Amino acid sequence: MSSIRWKVTFIITRQRSKSKCYQQPFLLEVDPDEYILDCIERIWAFHDRSLTFRHACHHSTCGACGMRVNGVEKLTCITAIRSVTQDGGTVHIEPLRNFPVLSDLVVDMSTFFLRLEQVNAATVLPLQEACLPGEIKDQPVIESGQYERLVDCIECGLCISACPTALTSSSYQGPATLAAIQQGCQPGNQPFQILLADHEDGVWRCHSAYECSAVCPSNVDPAARIMNLRRRILTQHIRSLFSRQPEEAKNE
Amino acid sequence: MSNRPSPLHFWRWFDPRARQVGTWAFIINRITALGLTAYLFIHLIVLGQLALGPQYYDQFIAFAKLPVVKIGELAVLAAGIIHALNGIRVALTGLGFAVRWQKHMLYSLMCLAALGIFVVFVKLFLLD
Repeated sequence: MSSIRWKVTFIITRQRSKSKCYQQPFLLEVDPDEYILDCIERIWAFHDRSLTFRHACHHSTCGACGMRVNGVEKLTCITAIRSVTQDGGTVHIEPLRNFPVLSDLVVDMSTFFLRLEQVNAATVLPLQEACLPGEIKDQPVIESGQYERLVDCIECGLCISACPTALTSSSYQGPATLAAIQQGCQPGNQPFQILLADHEDGVWRCHSAYECSAVCPSNVDPAARIMNLRRRILTQHIRSLFSRQPEEAKNE
Repeated sequence: MSNRPSPLHFWRWFDPRARQVGTWAFIINRITALGLTAYLFIHLIVLGQLALGPQYYDQFIAFAKLPVVKIGELAVLAAGIIHALNGIRVALTGLGFAVRWQKHMLYSLMCLAALGIFVVFVKLFLLD
């Protein structure tokens, strides 16, 4: 932390369920290296105790503090003031898009969590299966033991908020869910979840805006995973055109 | 303004504020597609007029030489070039090829489009 102090106006979108939203300004003296979430907490503690927002870990692990900062989806616990404004500037804080607002900055993410549950989104996978984008999928298994890696998605919902397709379609599975299906789908193995991806509300609805990958704070790169899943599904369809169906083979 | 997804929010697709390069390409592709579709209908109506007789044809040729129509032609060709080149990028990345280079591909293809539009401009306004 530095000894420099900035005067920054935080304009927070306030809304109670089903009531009209409005914007409320709060002038704060801040350290430019502070994080947005610290300032929101300060507003709650010293200016307005009725302000509601979600937060937990303060180190980008829980994914609870996702909000829009100056229009862009951010995890507020790792977004420094100096990265979004300057001395005398303003910071607009809004709830995530494409989720119903429960109160102020808190949105209802239950449908999103249910979708992840529905596709059995893993939290931990063997190392050779939980490869990062760009890594080789079939890494050799180390003989001394099976290593596991935490799956990167922290279920913050920023990708859904940024996605232009999710803006107009509530039935779209969404980037995080499709990335989870891709991650759980091994070469040669086609789990039932792939049916949810190979669907008009699955990978084929994505319009290649790549906003999900741009805002993802956790290196999941959902857009690349969606495109990879598309290629796999398409390859599978093309192969099935040239291979005999089991029923036909049985009848011969 | 409702925060829930709705087809009525489609107009927000065209808001480029706080959006990334991928969305700019997404917006450009939609605007050029709408423009080209509108042009197709205008084109068909004009062709229908030409079939009415030689005097209509001569009138049309005189009209087509007006600078404002030439600017329109340039806009149509520019939209076609941009839409086609961006379409190549969308088709490639949409099937999982070069997804990580989608931004670079967009910049390169739009440079190519600018060059193509410049050639069309020279042909329409300087050489004709």
